[in-house]
Amino acid sequence: MDSTRLEPAGPESTGLESTGLVVKGLRKSYGGRTVVDGVSFALPRGGSLGIVGESGCGKTTTARMLVGLERPDGGTVHLDGADRSARPRARAERLARARGIQLVFQDPYLSLDPRIPVGACVEEVLRLHFALDPAARRHRVADLLDQVGLGEREAAALPRALSGGQRQRVAIARALAAEPKVLILDEAVAALDVSIQAQILDLLGAIRRESGVAFLFVSHDLAVVRHLTDEVAVLRGGRVVETGPTVRVLGEPQHPYTRLLLDSVPRRGWDPGRIAEGRRALARAESP
Amino acid sequence: MAPPLLEIDRLTVRLPAGRAARPILDGVSLSVAPGETVGLVGESGSGKSVACRSILGLLPQGARTEGEVRVRGADVLTRDRAALRRLRSRQVAMVFQDPRAAVNPLHRIGDFLTEGLRAAGTPAERATARATELLEAVGIQDPRAALRRHPHEFSGGMLQRVVIAAALAGEPELLIADEPTTALDVTTQAEVIAVLTRLQAERGTGLLFVTHDLELAAAVCDRIHVMYAGRIVETRATDDLFAHPRHPYTAGLLACTPRIDPHAPPPRPVPGRPLSLAEAPPGCAFAPRCAFAEPRCSAEPPELRPHGDGLAACLRADEGILP
Repeated sequence: MDSTRLEPAGPESTGLESTGLVVKGLRKSYGGRTVVDGVSFALPRGGSLGIVGESGCGKTTTARMLVGLERPDGGTVHLDGADRSARPRARAERLARARGIQLVFQDPYLSLDPRIPVGACVEEVLRLHFALDPAARRHRVADLLDQVGLGEREAAALPRALSGGQRQRVAIARALAAEPKVLILDEAVAALDVSIQAQILDLLGAIRRESGVAFLFVSHDLAVVRHLTDEVAVLRGGRVVETGPTVRVLGEPQHPYTRLLLDSVPRRGWDPGRIAEGRRALARAESP
Repeated sequence: MAPPLLEIDRLTVRLPAGRAARPILDGVSLSVAPGETVGLVGESGSGKSVACRSILGLLPQGARTEGEVRVRGADVLTRDRAALRRLRSRQVAMVFQDPRAAVNPLHRIGDFLTEGLRAAGTPAERATARATELLEAVGIQDPRAALRRHPHEFSGGMLQRVVIAAALAGEPELLIADEPTTALDVTTQAEVIAVLTRLQAERGTGLLFVTHDLELAAAVCDRIHVMYAGRIVETRATDDLFAHPRHPYTAGLLACTPRIDPHAPPPRPVPGRPLSLAEAPPGCAFAPRCAFAEPRCSAEPPELRPHGDGLAACLRADEGILP
């Protein structure tokens, strides 16, 4: 592939791919261990991209770099043409970046402040990003909570009074409050019971249809990814090993690791012995 | 006829007054035969972990019980400490969800594997030889060196194999696996399940497999019990359960599980949320979430009755409400 065209540093690139999220050659090491090794992908406006892989593949580190929780060692991140790679210079720029991409974490028990009623937690985001008068702000909080299926009673509650599913709804409402262009969902349904997980997946589908926000869906669960994304990138050892339309990648996987992941999904008539074999074959093929 | 390996017989477990409005287990019955794999499926709070821990005589503090848990015909709940110790070291072993929480991080794997054998009177040399054999059986490379290592030197999947090896050390007749792969990656999960089911088949061990994952239960189990709010709501052979569920909760669980096959419909949520311990409705616990509920469902608790080749606890199970 023509790598000089893929990773240009000049301003001419911003004109070519000015819409959506464009990530090129993202790299991060911790103490000599490279956890993200040249990850590139593009997420068009209103699109839905799945980042799948197992623990240690670099998917969470990638997500954290996109929102600015980690600083990349190399590579670029552009959102609608604006460069997010360099350190933000002032508060206004930090706020603008935070508005662009919001993150929903896996564990709704850890991601909310236990001392703040959830309505106030959503209101805080509005106060940071929008110049609304108190009445308009309260109205907007009620709208946002209503959008995720929560009412006044829940708004006044502390996080501990809510169930796991309700807390994750709050986390989604808080993320949407900033009116982001991209919503990153990092294993956002993994900790939920299956009947609740389906409710949240349904809610996310409706939000995407109505608001046009783009999803970056970070997950180890291929079945969930199949139902929620248009495109998928498979990560292994910090690199993208396969990418393409979700239907194609899951229907006709090209890379042996993607095939192994697919075979590993438990189902009736499943043969775990064959998966163990596939895994050893892959390890043999990868060893020099 | 010899008594079955495990029989849980109308087990009810109540927490001390004020901690729960309803029993955490309510008239639960199930059995496991030698060599059989039985699934216990439910969401968090359904009572599946309480049920499987009761088999080892592990009950929440201050809990009161009714009914019996029999292993080879003898009740577990009335045993004294010495008898319970014999049960746990010889007859029944358990594999928990998080292998890191199941082993002492300061001790070597060898000590962890041999302590049960040593406590049961096996000489040190024989215990070590046995531990090496067991590590080999679960697919740990260079088992002799592994015995000298500490838990932190193993990955989660490898450590869960060590825990399985330890569970099999006493040659138990019954193995209880409580979400044994939930903390593991999918490809690792497949390997651990492969080890578990192969050893179980070779040794004729009965396996009670507890999980929240219906697809995983289907992949592993011959028969599945579905639990909701402390009760078993449906019991059926796996294929039959998937093809013809009779309880609306089972059907709801099947419909809301995302599937990987290309033609599977999108997951359909079950409305509402599971019953908390503070709620004690007079009728069917699932009625408030059930699309087929009638007024009588909220008034009259349904008994677990034969429907088809299995059991279902639904007043309308015979009315053909489910396709």
